[in-house]
Amino acid sequence: MRKLLVLSTLILASFTTAVSAAQVNVYSARKEALIKPLLDQFTADTGIQVRLLTGSGDALLARLTSEGENTPADLFLTVDAGNLYRASEAGAFQALGSEQALAAVPEQWQGADGEWVALSLRARPIFYAPDRVDPSQLSGYGDLADARWDNEVCIRSSDNIYNQSLVAALIEHWGVEKTEAWAKGLVENFARSPVGGDRDQIKAVAAGVCDLAVANTYYLGQMEASDDVQERTAAEQVAIFWPNQDSFGTHVNVSGIGLTKYAKNVGPARQLVEFLLSEEAQQWYARTNAEYPAVPGVPWSERLQNWGEFKMDKLPMKHLGENNAEAVKLMNRAGWR
Amino acid sequence: MQSPWRQGSLILTAALLGLPLFVICWVGLQLLWTGDTSTLSHLWQTVVPEYIRHSLWLMIGVACGVILIGVSTAWLTTCCRFPGQRILSWALLLPLAMPAYITAYTYTGMLDFSGPVQRTLRDLTGWGYGDYWFPEIRSLGGAVLVLSLVLFPYVYLITRATFLQQSATTIEAGRSLGLSPWACFLRLALPLARPAIVTGTTLALMETLADYGTVQYFGVTTFTTGIFRTWYGLGDLAGALQLAGMLLVAVVALILIERWSRSQARYDQARSRSALPFMLRGWRAWTASALCWLPLLAGFILPALQLASWSLDRWQVWIQPAFWELAFNSFGLALAAALIVVILALWLAYGRRQLPTPLVRFSVGFAGLGYAIPGLVIAVGLMLPLTQLDSWIISLSKAWFDYNPGLLLSGTLFALLFAYTVRFLSVSLQTINAGLTEIRPSMDEAARIHGYSPLQVLARVHLPLLRPSVITALLLVGVDVLKELPATLVLRPFDFNTLAVRAYEMAGDERLADAGPPALMMVMVGLIPVILLSRAMLKSQQSALKEQDFVPVTA
Repeated sequence: MRKLLVLSTLILASFTTAVSAAQVNVYSARKEALIKPLLDQFTADTGIQVRLLTGSGDALLARLTSEGENTPADLFLTVDAGNLYRASEAGAFQALGSEQALAAVPEQWQGADGEWVALSLRARPIFYAPDRVDPSQLSGYGDLADARWDNEVCIRSSDNIYNQSLVAALIEHWGVEKTEAWAKGLVENFARSPVGGDRDQIKAVAAGVCDLAVANTYYLGQMEASDDVQERTAAEQVAIFWPNQDSFGTHVNVSGIGLTKYAKNVGPARQLVEFLLSEEAQQWYARTNAEYPAVPGVPWSERLQNWGEFKMDKLPMKHLGENNAEAVKLMNRAGWR
Repeated sequence: MQSPWRQGSLILTAALLGLPLFVICWVGLQLLWTGDTSTLSHLWQTVVPEYIRHSLWLMIGVACGVILIGVSTAWLTTCCRFPGQRILSWALLLPLAMPAYITAYTYTGMLDFSGPVQRTLRDLTGWGYGDYWFPEIRSLGGAVLVLSLVLFPYVYLITRATFLQQSATTIEAGRSLGLSPWACFLRLALPLARPAIVTGTTLALMETLADYGTVQYFGVTTFTTGIFRTWYGLGDLAGALQLAGMLLVAVVALILIERWSRSQARYDQARSRSALPFMLRGWRAWTASALCWLPLLAGFILPALQLASWSLDRWQVWIQPAFWELAFNSFGLALAAALIVVILALWLAYGRRQLPTPLVRFSVGFAGLGYAIPGLVIAVGLMLPLTQLDSWIISLSKAWFDYNPGLLLSGTLFALLFAYTVRFLSVSLQTINAGLTEIRPSMDEAARIHGYSPLQVLARVHLPLLRPSVITALLLVGVDVLKELPATLVLRPFDFNTLAVRAYEMAGDERLADAGPPALMMVMVGLIPVILLSRAMLKSQQSALKEQDFVPVTA
């Protein structure tokens, strides 16, 4: 009876799982629109089929780990360092094993033992209103907690991973105590209770709700490239201030990729990672989503060049993952919603 | 003889459907023997009081909102006649087709500082930021407003059905004793409809508790956002499931209140004919009309117009075959899930009626708890056992046939349909239960005396009588599945997307205009079930009217 049951499900399965030649299965926290065109290009170049499943990084990681050795996923692609760290801690990755990929990306943007590599970098600077703020009054993230900017700071909810990563980095640089005092000062300076996304914070600066905001740069890029006049006008009314240029540098997060521990298509998966680090692909992130290339020496797009060169925080990405829970607790205590 | 078997199978079905809930409870109970309460105690000290406060206010606000809108519109469109009443009686269901988070996006687009409303205001008056006060839509109040506007049709739908069935004699007795139309409503119809109002409100509140998209976008911290924050931010899935367990307690309380209220008020009305409508004239008619148009305008027309204007900017999307595939996927899933859920609900509700032992009643009640659990939590609670089962199947198949079938349960649409069933069973259970209570036990007895088997009773007596409830249940579940996002996002197979997923990906990336076409398509696909629903409603109303000589009463 049991055999019959299993046999019948197998027959069912043979209809559903078509056996194709070479393929790679990707769990991606990057939205379909921000990765699919590259994957299609890869398929066109190599003939390797790519199957894609998008979703939130944490949920995909939960799926990956609960599937264990039966997981169909060969690669796990995230939009933040925290999930790469968690996947690594959960033993969901294996060493990438591609010399080419590991040599291309600087060490601070790789996982321990070469378990993952960054594909693109996302900077999180301060945005200001040039008509109201003299940038010489600013120096770094510390200013956001200064009483001078009382009621003038906009930032999104601390539910957001980019804020959690920023605070995690600050904990590494400043220690918990100083960071918590900073977070309390920041909350005091809020122009409004945190609502909306990064783009909303930039728009709030343009609209005069606040003088300073914290957001990822590619949102400004999307606004500049928007076909909506309102968005473009708003983008013109704000300027980027690169924080902490005299100290540890501006906070960056990564979008990265790792080879899963139980990957069935290791060869094609490596090929895909190498393709995603090729100059063509690296320029694509910058062109379509204004992200910074992870491979040094790849020319920046015109938009990135316009925003100017800046010193990036060289903090190894693993600290963002390690400190994430502490960062969330700290923000809970500081009353940062 | 067969009753132990039936009882056993009923309990088993309910237990299977409760699988994710068991997982949640189990993780919650682990707390007791591991004693690791560090996460939970941190949360209690910092954020949980705020979660409770916000969730409570949200529920109180939404309850007031949906009752106020739902009951008044239901009364006006059933028991009064005024210009537009016929259109309104079905159009008021349209907000059901709007996912709450989409309405939230559109209102933000319209009402925030850089939106057209405030911009026009500034252009007209020359004010700048801070010169004037404007309500912030992204707030607790805004969330109450948006959720009320989207969820009131539940109350409207169920209360309206009751008003339609209310016996004419009761109302006429009231009128002959000198009650004004207002007094008839307040002193007769409203108390009689109380069970229906409570059921509708419970559904709306369970949706409110499970809502994530709206509150998250509006920056309102509730239990749901807390669950996600604990999982994502603290990386503590167990802590998140423990919070979800606390949410379960709230849900059980809601359900108990609903049961209690129904047992308090069971009126058996001889259903001779429906009451004659009040003909409204003059300013009364216009006020009634305006009162009904307002929620329709705010809950459907304005958001839909905003979506349409975004979609015009992205008209190219509409001619891509991939886009139509999304619509096809969404519709197919909704249809399949609706059929499965309703068949299961019939089986459970019917079983509970036939064998109302405490154990059966309890397990059926348990199976219906999923409605208020955030879809993502259900998805996780389901994923863990299914992947376990899958690995069992794989190892067996490898041992016997030397063949690896892959993830048959967790990697296919099976998981998704299972999750929908757990999540939306309650909607159809409640609807079908409501229908079943209309069928008097004496009818069963009469049929059984005539030698019908229980199955024949179902087919020949119950199904024809139940048809309206079954159709309502099918459509409600279909619309809900169409809008469902978090579970779909986690459990769907490779390369399988739905309209809700696409709309969310675009909106989540703050590309609202790109979210326009899939959102509009979702609303349009959702319109089909809603229009079917309203047609079924109109039919039952007409047949009710046919049974009587239509003599209008002037108010």
